[in-house]
Amino acid sequence: MRKYEVIFIVRPDVEEEDLNKLVAQMEGVVAGAGGKLEKTEKMGRRRLAYRVGRHQEGFYVLFLFEGTGDTVKELERRLGVTDAVVKFLSVRIDEELKRADKLKALRVAREAKRPKAKASASGASSGTPPAQPVEEQQVQG
Amino acid sequence: MPAPRQHSRPGGRPGGGPRREGGGPPGGPRKQYFRRRRVCKFCEEHIDVIDYKDVKLIGQFVAERGKILPRRLTGTCSSHQHELTTAIKRARNIALLPFAAEV
Repeated sequence: MRKYEVIFIVRPDVEEEDLNKLVAQMEGVVAGAGGKLEKTEKMGRRRLAYRVGRHQEGFYVLFLFEGTGDTVKELERRLGVTDAVVKFLSVRIDEELKRADKLKALRVAREAKRPKAKASASGASSGTPPAQPVEEQQVQG
Repeated sequence: MPAPRQHSRPGGRPGGGPRREGGGPPGGPRKQYFRRRRVCKFCEEHIDVIDYKDVKLIGQFVAERGKILPRRLTGTCSSHQHELTTAIKRARNIALLPFAAEV
């Protein structure tokens, strides 16, 4: 199972009620296609950075779920045929999360190893030589 | 008694505005929006995953017209610049950032 994040934009002229219905419907699609929903977030109404169709605004909805490629495929198909959905984007996030955890663990381990050497280490590891005093440009002549 | 500060002559150097820190290539008037070179923001703040939804963060690395700022201006390290590029492109796709901003 992989983790995915699907974000989609709903037309701004749908009613709150219909929006909730739509979100519930899409949640059902995820569950029906073998996905396990972890989080649903309505990010609210936002101004779009550019015009999509005729719309300048939209409701952003975010799904976070665990599933397979088929889950995403089905969800994307359903989003595509739904008129109220203007745009969507799916991103696979499990590998990024794994990498982030690894980096974090590494950092924690490093901190624990030498808690006091930090001050000297940061000075030595800054890479760049100490800044040269910048020559003041003599303009007035 | 400190010497009185000399005022710049009228019609002097065009770039001779407020004093800026950091070196730069000598000669030539520096542009007004010159950014001080610094260390990678993502390394500094230990941001491991650059989220495309975080417009506030990503927006700092996009020029006025919507272009991705080069590393030489922002000081971002190589690996983070790669991630940042991906994040910006995703944000553009979902209309969080413009492909090309209007003037």
